[in-house]
Amino acid sequence: MRIPSFTALRASQATLANSIFYVLLVVFFTFVSPLQASHIDEELAEDSEMDEKFEPGRMILEHVSDAHDWHLWGHTAIPLPVIIYSPEQGLKIFSSSRLEHGHAAYEGIRLHEGHLIWEDEACTDGLYDLSITKNVMAMLLASVFLMLMMIRTSSTYRKRAGKAPRGFLNLLEPLILFLRDDVAKPSIGKKADRYLPMLLTVFFFIFVNNLFGLIPVFPGGANVTGNIAVTMVLSVIVFLTVTFSSNQYYWKHIFMPDVPVWMYPIIIPIEILGVVLKPFVLMLRLFANITAGHIIILGFFSLIFIFGAMNPTLGYAVSPVSVAFTVFMSLLELLVAFLQAFVFTLLSAIYIGMAVEEHH
Amino acid sequence: MELVTPAIGLVFWMLVTFSLLLVILKKFAWAPILTSIKEREETIENALSQAQQARDEMSKLQSQNENLLAEARSERDSLLKEAREMKDKIISEAKSAADEEAKKLVARANDEINKQKQAAMQELKKEVASFSVQIAEKLVSAELEKSEKQQSLIDAQLAEFTKN
Repeated sequence: MRIPSFTALRASQATLANSIFYVLLVVFFTFVSPLQASHIDEELAEDSEMDEKFEPGRMILEHVSDAHDWHLWGHTAIPLPVIIYSPEQGLKIFSSSRLEHGHAAYEGIRLHEGHLIWEDEACTDGLYDLSITKNVMAMLLASVFLMLMMIRTSSTYRKRAGKAPRGFLNLLEPLILFLRDDVAKPSIGKKADRYLPMLLTVFFFIFVNNLFGLIPVFPGGANVTGNIAVTMVLSVIVFLTVTFSSNQYYWKHIFMPDVPVWMYPIIIPIEILGVVLKPFVLMLRLFANITAGHIIILGFFSLIFIFGAMNPTLGYAVSPVSVAFTVFMSLLELLVAFLQAFVFTLLSAIYIGMAVEEHH
Repeated sequence: MELVTPAIGLVFWMLVTFSLLLVILKKFAWAPILTSIKEREETIENALSQAQQARDEMSKLQSQNENLLAEARSERDSLLKEAREMKDKIISEAKSAADEEAKKLVARANDEINKQKQAAMQELKKEVASFSVQIAEKLVSAELEKSEKQQSLIDAQLAEFTKN
């Protein structure tokens, strides 16, 4: 929100790789699709029609949204498990390859513009989609990576107790110390140690997912931290932490602020709104920054094909500029990846600090 | 609109994943890492304060040593001074003793000289007396020969005598 162009960059890098593959798909769409060879002809016909008429908006939205399979290149994608719960029919689990990108229905379920719907009623009433989507998968991979990294690090600490940090520790320790000494302690004060594990987890979760989002190929490329569901859960966790650690001073500040009583009707609603607004803005900021970054990079990239559609020579001429801008934006996104993780953590720490503050 | 609509599935999996991540990392990563960092910081702080202590002690010892040295030096100086005084005293005592002795010796020598002088005078007087007797004898005998001669003889003798 504050620096949309910056944030947009980094998500777009991941998307950039995806879009490169998308372009390869466009170029090579007449060739193989090993994973879904069964319906290749039909899809090919459709795809070629669609690809000839390049729609940047649709392409970009597809890349920043969630998906039920993980697109690799051309017609090759990793099918992901579809998990569906409905009160009437219970739990259903099957591979997303059965849906054939919306060309086929399976067990009464059909894929329509990225959403699972009832085939008969063409609606989603009473259908709970708990599928392991691309974002869920990317998030799980990033979490496993984070866990392995941190647990290894902690075992290194145990092995090298009392010695100077070495190797990988030199990369992680400044980050951990930075979060402890410059984020948690100044914001929260004496009780910082209690909230430190939560803040560290939030920071590294966002940071690692941001960086994974910048990797164009398989383990990365998903727009996890640019997904509103993810940022919503993160900010709800922050909101719950703030609310459950608040003391009487926090609530006194909201319901009995130090202003003349006649101003209470104005101030109290504002304060109450502020309680909800703070995590809400946290959610929006991360989501908007990361998604905007992806969108901008994809936008620059699309320029090649927009101009190429007018005249192939024009497309070639624009491509160096487009690539240069995309690279620049991707580098900027590296900065934003850290910055947004830091901002989210810092603001969370400040909100917690306000809730546990002893007196004014 | 689709972008800002949270998908229920993602919310569910995010909640599960993040909670698990939080619990696991807290237990197996953050707790040991933060404890290790704290322990190391304490170790470093202890080492530093110990070094400071050692340095303080060292400087204390050093100043003590200096004090000891200064004390030793002043003691030596006072000893030397005493010794010098003693030497001077001994010398001056010896000198005065020697002086006294010398004076005594001189006095004794003077006494002796005086005594000798007295004795010599006595002798001389005796001699003079005997000379006088002799002169008298000669005078008496000369008077017998010539009164003039006697007179000149007496004068000569007297002149000689007074000369002596």
